[in-house]
Amino acid sequence: MIRIPLRPLARILPARDRGQDTTAIEREHLALRHQQVQDRARRRGERRLLFMATLFFAGFALIGVRMAVMAASPPPEVTPWRGEQIDAFRADITDRAGRILATNLRTNALYAELRHMVDGERAAHELARIFPDLDADGLARRLTDPSTRFLWIRPRLSPEQVQAVHDIGEPGLLFGPRAMRLYPNGRLAAHILGGAGFGTQGVSAAEIVGTAGIEHRLNAELRDPAREGRPLALSLDLSVQAVVEEVLSGGMTMLNARAAAAVVMDAHSGEIVAMASMPDFDPNSRPALPAGTDPTYSPLFNHAVQGSYELGSVMKAFTVAQALERGLVGPQTMIDTRGPLRVSRFSITDYRSRGPRQSVADVFIYSSNIGTARLAQMIGAEEQRAFLQSFGLLEPSPVELAEARRVRPQFSERWTELSAMTISYGHGLTTSPVMLASAYAALVNGGTRVEPTLLRRPDPVPGERLISEQTSATMRALMRAVVAGGTASLAEVPGVLPGGKTGTADKPNPAGGYYSGRVRATFAGAFPMNDPRYVIVVMLDEPEDTTGPEPRRTAGWTAAPVTGEIVRRIAPLLGVRPQDGLDIEAALLTR
Amino acid sequence: MRSVFFALTALGVMLLAVWAYHENHATQQARAEQRAIEREINALRANIAMQRAEWAYLNRPERLRALVDMNFTRLNLLPMTVEQFGRIDEIVYPERPHGQDAETPPALGAFGLSPEGIAHTAADPATAPDTEADAP
Repeated sequence: MIRIPLRPLARILPARDRGQDTTAIEREHLALRHQQVQDRARRRGERRLLFMATLFFAGFALIGVRMAVMAASPPPEVTPWRGEQIDAFRADITDRAGRILATNLRTNALYAELRHMVDGERAAHELARIFPDLDADGLARRLTDPSTRFLWIRPRLSPEQVQAVHDIGEPGLLFGPRAMRLYPNGRLAAHILGGAGFGTQGVSAAEIVGTAGIEHRLNAELRDPAREGRPLALSLDLSVQAVVEEVLSGGMTMLNARAAAAVVMDAHSGEIVAMASMPDFDPNSRPALPAGTDPTYSPLFNHAVQGSYELGSVMKAFTVAQALERGLVGPQTMIDTRGPLRVSRFSITDYRSRGPRQSVADVFIYSSNIGTARLAQMIGAEEQRAFLQSFGLLEPSPVELAEARRVRPQFSERWTELSAMTISYGHGLTTSPVMLASAYAALVNGGTRVEPTLLRRPDPVPGERLISEQTSATMRALMRAVVAGGTASLAEVPGVLPGGKTGTADKPNPAGGYYSGRVRATFAGAFPMNDPRYVIVVMLDEPEDTTGPEPRRTAGWTAAPVTGEIVRRIAPLLGVRPQDGLDIEAALLTR
Repeated sequence: MRSVFFALTALGVMLLAVWAYHENHATQQARAEQRAIEREINALRANIAMQRAEWAYLNRPERLRALVDMNFTRLNLLPMTVEQFGRIDEIVYPERPHGQDAETPPALGAFGLSPEGIAHTAADPATAPDTEADAP
């Protein structure tokens, strides 16, 4: 902008020369100047106004937006855990019907803050009266030690104990809130739930960490704050689990067995409805692992999942199914069962010979080792290995327990013809009862693979096809015949039509070879056999029926009656409707 | 005119200030109330969790089994088993008796039972048909 000079000399000087009056010129000039100054002031004023308006508009817009956001956002969920340094949240665990298996309870931990402590000596002795296992003198020493400032005394107190500690009246004794893991059903499903303990501890909270079982395996999922209010539903059924445990522990006592395990599984989805292992423990006070002794003797040992055993004749079902599936034999094909069958330095015998030639059906129903070994010879070692692999029997089980992944089936890497023959009747390959159950599910459910799981799987998708419908139907008929008139007649339950296969395996001696007179008896089967819904596996370790003149140890006398009793009791709970026997036999034949 | 306008503006500002002060207080009170409600919700939730845990503890199968055994003479409960199921064709469809008691509910009549019959069976432990379940 060109500034107008103070006096317009360019015009005044010539006018003065001409002798004109210069006042008019000066006045005009002054007016021009004034106008310019005013213009400038107005423009500045306008700018300021605009600036202020923008500022106010932005301010009000900010408040408006904030109000809208507050009005539109959902109210924050109220949680007792939010804002604390340590995340103490842990989801409940329920069974399939929503009945609680594990939950949290608020308790208090006791600690001492020594700067508030009035009389440490007296407090220690009063505390020792409330908690008799506390060492009063040691505690008194620590409570009066000037270098200590803070001391944890007890991890959890009952409400009565809290009151008693209050009554001491010592201001230095303080309580920290704690969430405690509680298993209200006690020993029920102990091996599945595992247990939990405290991780990082703070004054106002402590994190709960799973120490075993599903609590350990799904630790991260259970602690995910996103699943607040949504408990983890397992596939277990509390009532069925309770009955299975009751019958199994009764059977174990009556048969003087050292240990026992049972698995009940949905034949189509692989959901584990009940899984028990005896002896068991209380997860509320999980015992310590015994040092020095055989861990398999510990109640903590889960025989159904951690136990990997040679299960004997129950494995014959896979050999027979494979021979039928490949069309090598039919159920009525005659097999040479003359014994003993010698392979290199090894000889295979039958428990009780039933003649030099038997049909494949009889080999299965009356459990001939020689006949099964002959079938394995026909199948071939490589083929057999691939077949067992497809059933998942050569892999660790995928079930959601911390212990499952560490248990590998044991077998010789060199799968020779001899090992194929022994594996065909259940020696030379170890299997856990839970894996056996899922493999049997695939045999009887129409031939599709099943993955065992402890979680709800409401809409099961049929797995990969392993054997044909036809083979599966034949296997069902054969298993039914084992119970209807074969080695497992004591497992019969009228109306429910259980079927299966018994297995009595000599126990391996850690020093080499096998024990004589110590067996592991197994029954693996399903019910109802015309359309199997549930698979059941029962295993007893060193059972002995001493009611007869001489001790009976075979699975037909031990595992089979226990299975029968379990099926008799759980079938109504599982909604398996009793059926007319005659109709069933007809249905089995026509399928 | 101008002074009236100024006076009104000043009054407006004062009123707004009073309103803002009031709102501020109301907000703080609402906050405090909210915190109290949150504390109550937490306490109630903890109570519910405690009750649920207690319910589960009192209903644990082990205890129910012991209770059933203790009260066997009174309740006559037995474990539910397969044999206790009947088929529908095992029940005889009753002839409608002449001069049937009008008070007999039709549902009982269909099973050939009368209320007296039920009362009688329930009173007699030996024939009591109550084998519902061991209700674990």
